[in-house]
Amino acid sequence: MLRSRFVAMRIYLDHNATTPLDPLVAERMVEALREVWGNASSVHHFGQQAKAALDEARGAVAGLLGADASEIVFTCGGTESDNIAIRGAAEALEASGRRHLITSAIEHEAVLSTMTALARRGARVTILPADASGILAPDRLREALTDDTALVSVMHANNEIGTVQPIAELAAIAHERGALFHTDAVQSAGKLPLDVRGLGVDLLSIAGHKFYGPKGTGALWLRRGVRLIPPMTGGRQERNRRAGTENVPALVGLGVAADVANRKLAREAGRLGALRDRLEAGILAAVPGSERNGAAAPRVPNTTNLSIDGVESESLLIGLDLAGIAVSSGSACSSGTLEPSHVLKAMGLSHGRTLGSIRFSLGTSNTDADIDHVIAVLPPLVAKLRSLTTVGGRK
Amino acid sequence: MRIVVAMSGGVDSSVAAALLAEQGHDVIGVSMQLYDQGQTTATGQKAFGTCCTIDDLYDARRVAATIGIPHYIVNFESQFGEHVVSNFVREYVSGRTPIPCSHCNSELKFAELLDRATAYDADQLATGHYARIEQDASGRYHLFRGADNTKDQTYFLFSLTQQQLARAAFPVGHLDKDTVRAHAHRLQLRVASKPDSQEICFVPDGDYAAFVERQAPEALRAGTVVDGGGKVLGTHGGVHRFTIGQRKGLGLSSREPLYVLEIKPDAAQVVVGPKEALGRAALTASTVNWVSGAAPADWLRISAQIRHRHAAAPARVRANDEGRAELEFDAPQTAVTPGQAVVFYDGDEVLGGGWID
Repeated sequence: MLRSRFVAMRIYLDHNATTPLDPLVAERMVEALREVWGNASSVHHFGQQAKAALDEARGAVAGLLGADASEIVFTCGGTESDNIAIRGAAEALEASGRRHLITSAIEHEAVLSTMTALARRGARVTILPADASGILAPDRLREALTDDTALVSVMHANNEIGTVQPIAELAAIAHERGALFHTDAVQSAGKLPLDVRGLGVDLLSIAGHKFYGPKGTGALWLRRGVRLIPPMTGGRQERNRRAGTENVPALVGLGVAADVANRKLAREAGRLGALRDRLEAGILAAVPGSERNGAAAPRVPNTTNLSIDGVESESLLIGLDLAGIAVSSGSACSSGTLEPSHVLKAMGLSHGRTLGSIRFSLGTSNTDADIDHVIAVLPPLVAKLRSLTTVGGRK
Repeated sequence: MRIVVAMSGGVDSSVAAALLAEQGHDVIGVSMQLYDQGQTTATGQKAFGTCCTIDDLYDARRVAATIGIPHYIVNFESQFGEHVVSNFVREYVSGRTPIPCSHCNSELKFAELLDRATAYDADQLATGHYARIEQDASGRYHLFRGADNTKDQTYFLFSLTQQQLARAAFPVGHLDKDTVRAHAHRLQLRVASKPDSQEICFVPDGDYAAFVERQAPEALRAGTVVDGGGKVLGTHGGVHRFTIGQRKGLGLSSREPLYVLEIKPDAAQVVVGPKEALGRAALTASTVNWVSGAAPADWLRISAQIRHRHAAAPARVRANDEGRAELEFDAPQTAVTPGQAVVFYDGDEVLGGGWID
């Protein structure tokens, strides 16, 4: 086990990467692991028990999205939901001659890589550019749409900078040309109220581990009538949309997490927004040469992405971790390399600004004391890094 | 004390970290990512080699977890390219035989990585090198060969300055290899039986010429192989393919064995001759470092080592202007090679060294 005796206290500020299990989620999952182990497809008592647990979870997830339980497909996470949505819709629409796909430059790799894969198989893909605000201009979508656009995929909230896209407007524009609209809501579920009807989308992805549920769970919502050809073939589970014997205890966890998130959403949004604003303002004031990346609003309430001039994020992350503060830069999936974040790059930020960026994403465990500690620790750390010429000031 | 340990995934640096942790220090394991593992050339060949591959980083991470210390990977790709690889290629193209490991030690590990250690509030940077540091009563640092003379690595550490030695630690330098492996087995480190890497880390197949050609295609400048009198004996595909004292690969047939005596890059010529002609009794060196911080006033009796696997030979050395030195061996040495280091020893102590002109 990792010794932590040299670090007195740890502050977790990386909730957009993942979240710990809500205690109630853990409790219900352990119960289910022990007692609800039947195969949900079985006819007998054990199957019925499993099915009941799934039904309850499904209802809770539907409640989080303002949807109907029958429209929810359980998956193993955001990436799988995105893959089913994009590949599934694209393949279903191929026969109709619609082979054009549109997405944005600031999407998560799960969407972008899937689009790239489909492009290699003959689809035409248009990537809408972003600007320094990190918010897409609806006109860009209007210009890009054609009569053979099958699907538009634009994320609801961006994981790195937290900005929120005008989904309702974008979806309406897509529909004008007969295209489907998918949104990756992995970062907004549990942070912003979601209503699939209000958003007007056709497909929506979420992931459990972003709102205090277990990793390895997620869901895809799809509007009745939307046809998909599922990429993963096998049995008929999830109404033929996602094959494989269901991981009931994990999905029980997803359901409980959805329920808890739904109930505390409004209160937490207010609390986190205030903490985030104070953290952001505090750092901008105390660290010369720091600036926020992306528009201040509309944003999810818990995220702030800042660039600090003259230091590399790698050194900042390690220095902060040694001080017990856990943050990230770029997205969790791409750290460990010095590749600048594709999101910041797409926003047109300079190379230096992308290399010195860090993301703070707050959550349930964070308090005022945490914010105070970060504001106390960060400026001297930055000053020290800047004074070491090989560490700071790289072109 | 907080100490950063440079962990390569090999048994020496793993045991170094483990021993420091056992002693109760606040140890931070850091692995340097030196090149993009996915990098391939236009023809699809892997552009770089094995040490510090994903497997090595994995080994380092697993060792860190076993001994209970944090582990970070720092990306030094551009610094490695700039300080080590570019220098390596340039030297070969200039007909010299470089030692990248020495540059890596003095310009990457004990410079960039040492700065990182400072940034992380660490007092020292430790490595798995077989070398020893002692401080005398006046506070000056001395560098000595490792206790295991079959593993001594001070040949690659001659450039370390007093400031660097003040913050360096070599936790296995006073041990022999067998003892180090025994510690690794005792601590159940997965690398206990891992073989040592023998080659330059970024050229694992040992084919330096091919590496240089990939990095600098313009190096492929054909030329002639000549004898001492200038008579053309054959041709070659680039001076980077040769090193002083080389016998194989000359593409010549002759009654007696011929050896590379000299490389003339401007003329793209390789001069060959009999073994007797390989001996040189004197050399000059540049960018000379004196470990004590002060060059000696006059001629100094030392033993001088001109290759990693060379028995240091008796000589005398004098410091010249602009960080240079001239050296005279008591007896001629075979294959004095420009680009290699000449390291000055007083018994087991490293007095300094420089790059052979």
